[in-house]
Formats: sequence, C-alpha cells, structure tokens
Amino acid sequence: MTRTREIKVSVNGKTYERVVEPRLLLADFLRQSLGLTGTHVGCEHGVCGACTVLVDGDSVRSCLMFAVQAEGCRVETVESLGRIGKLSPLQESFHAHHALQCGFCTPGMLMTATDLLKKYPLTTDNEIRAGLSGNLCRCTGYEHIVKAIRAVKVGDAR
Amino acid sequence: MKPAAFEYVVVDSVTRALAALSEADGEAKILAGGQSLVPMLNFRLVKPAILVDINRILDLAFIEETDDEIRVGALTRHHQLEMSPVIARHLPVLGAAMTHVAHLAIRNRGTIGGSLSHADPAAELPMIALLLGAKLHIVSSRGKRMVAASDFFRDALTVDLAEDEMVIEIHFPKLPPKTGWGFEEVARRAGDFALAAVAATMTVSGERITEARITLTGVDRTPVRAKKAEALLLGEKVEARLIGPVIEAVRDAIAPETDLHASSGYRRHLAGVLTGRAVNTALKRVA
Repeated sequence: MTRTREIKVSVNGKTYERVVEPRLLLADFLRQSLGLTGTHVGCEHGVCGACTVLVDGDSVRSCLMFAVQAEGCRVETVESLGRIGKLSPLQESFHAHHALQCGFCTPGMLMTATDLLKKYPLTTDNEIRAGLSGNLCRCTGYEHIVKAIRAVKVGDAR
Repeated sequence: MKPAAFEYVVVDSVTRALAALSEADGEAKILAGGQSLVPMLNFRLVKPAILVDINRILDLAFIEETDDEIRVGALTRHHQLEMSPVIARHLPVLGAAMTHVAHLAIRNRGTIGGSLSHADPAAELPMIALLLGAKLHIVSSRGKRMVAASDFFRDALTVDLAEDEMVIEIHFPKLPPKTGWGFEEVARRAGDFALAAVAATMTVSGERITEARITLTGVDRTPVRAKKAEALLLGEKVEARLIGPVIEAVRDAIAPETDLHASSGYRRHLAGVLTGRAVNTALKRVA
C-alpha cells in the first residue's frame, strides 16, 4: 500500500484540494476526482493526443503525467475555453468549419491548437499539419481542422 | 493501462535526489519528463517500487555558454532546446533535430537528460550527443564522473549509468569556425520515431575538409558514428563526386533491424540516401 498525498491544484481558475494515490494519472484526476469529463482519454500512452491539457500554459499529455506532479500548478482543460452559448473564437471556428464529427479528439485538438497558436508562426498549412501530427482524428481527415486553425490565425473565425 | 502502485518521492535538489536513489538500493527510477517512462509504467512494462520526481529541481534546467562549450542542464526540455537562441547560434544541428522529436506536447515535457539516459535506438538526442562529442556529467552519492557520449551508449535502452547515478549536465564543445551541418530524417509521419536519420558536420579550411562527422540513429541498437565514411572525406576537396563511396561506407557500418515499420534492407538504403543529403547540405552551409 502506497501513501496517498494531499495535493492542491488550480484547474480552470478554481483551486481544488484532493487526496490522491501517486499513481493516479492527471487525466483520471480531472475526469474522476473533479468530474471534468471534457478531457478525453484514448490510448493512455501518449500517442492519440485526446487527453492534451495545458499545465502552466504548456500543452501536455495528461495521461503521461501524474496528478501529484501537478501540485501547485495551473491546469487548463477544454472546459476553460468557452461554454454553451458563448464559445471561444477557436471553438467557434471549429464549429464554423465543420472541424469535428464524433468529437472524441476535439478537446485535445483545441488544447493543442491553443498552444500551437501561441508558440509557432503557423504561416503554412504544412506547419499546422505538423503541429497536429500528435493528435489523431479518425473522422475529419484533418482538412477542416487545419482550416479552422488557419481562420483563427488570420483573425477570421468564419 | 494504469501503472502499478509506487512510492512517490519528490525532491528539490540534486543532493536529495541522490540520497533517495542511494537509499532505494536499486528499487527506484528517476521521473524526469516521463514521456518514455510513463507509457512503460502504464503498460506495466516496468514496475519500480519508488519514483524519484526531479521536476522540481529548478536549477537543473538551463542552457549556458562558456568560452568553448555550451552546457545544458539535464532537465532542459526538448522545446527549450528547439527555441533557444544560444543553441541556434552555436549548435544549430541540435535545434534542428529537436523539431523532429515527437510533438509539441511531448517536447514541452521531455528532457535531454531523460532522452540520453533512456537511449531509445531511434531517438535523436543520443545521435546528436555523439555527433557533437558531448560529455555527460554524472553524479551519485559516491562521487562524480564525466563520460563521453561515445562511451555512454552500450546497447538498446542501455547506458553507462548505475542505479544510484543521474546525469545532471551535458557539455557540448562549440563547433569550430567554418563548419556546416546537415540533418536528415525519414519517419512515416511527422513526429514518429525515425526509420533512419543522419546528422553531419563538415569543417573546411581553404578548399579542403579538415573534419568530418557523421552519425546515424534508427539503424542499429545504439547511435552509430560512421568513422570509415568520415575518413573518406578528410583532406578531400569539396566535390560532389566524393559522395558515392561515403554512402557505401555508411551502409557497411550499420546493422539495421527489420520490424513492423521497415525492413533492414530499406533502412540501410535510406541511411545511405540521407547521408548523401546531410553531407551535401553540411558542405553547402559552410560559411
């Protein structure tokens, strides 16, 4: 039996204190301990990108990090972007460009795109495609996702 | 797909990390970026009793320039290496290689010390450390030592590092003046592990090549330095017709494995083609 630990984590601007087992993945902490099920869990070994969230502003795989490691950190999930009736510009653009079908990959796509838009010039579609290469989508063929991100980059979400 | 239970020890100094490793008597693993270790934990391929989390050792993440070296802290992330102006100026081949490592979310977490210590046979950082003649600064509670990259990689996922030791710094000699570089990689998709990758530096004086370095990854159990191929270039004039024998020498120097992703023969072919491109690019880039 391993010792549990008490952690304090800021998630989407709200501070949570919970007692967790060290082996609890950040993805499972968000979904099961906090009930924030917007973050999706696909492969659980860092390949599919569905569980991507921001930790202290950087995109990370929440299946490749333990909740205990997020102690004192600022975590942002897809729930931080917008809400029903008031989507963020990036979400609005995904909607306008049909950048999702089943929606499973979408939370990871949105959080990845948030970090890509912040860190890279994304001057070409190839750059956007390379940036999305760590996020698997089996519905869209990526074309509309690239268009949605391009539109946000040039400041035209429509 | 959930890890087995482990004790979690988080440390904020190298001294505390070494004490924890020494106390664990071989039962502990260091948790750095976790981008290779955590998948292995999730699959239960490894079940260490203790994880020593070094991510809070803040002074272990740095990129520092001295007169003749670039020194990089072991906890420096791939993305920091990718964006660093110091790396771009002095070791551009290292910065360029980083763009081939997985994806942004992985590069935000993965560390140089972790990648070198893990020594995946298709990873980029081990081949770059070998190419640039890096030295690894290794410490334990018993003492410290410097190990050359050429002595560090022993076999696939196997390096010269005892269970109570950790890599804390990597020292890269600055490239000599009039040195060009090339980096070529083929993977099935952006960010996948390399089917084959080649890195080269060429130093020229007058019209002749005075130093040639070629390393490869993905084509053997460890990164490979193609010394016979390098020797063919040494002292030669910079001319494209040199490249045929160099390519053949590289193909002779490697023993690629066949796996799901590519056959041994294809990898050998690819290694030659990429060598030609990397050497030519390096020669063109010589200032």
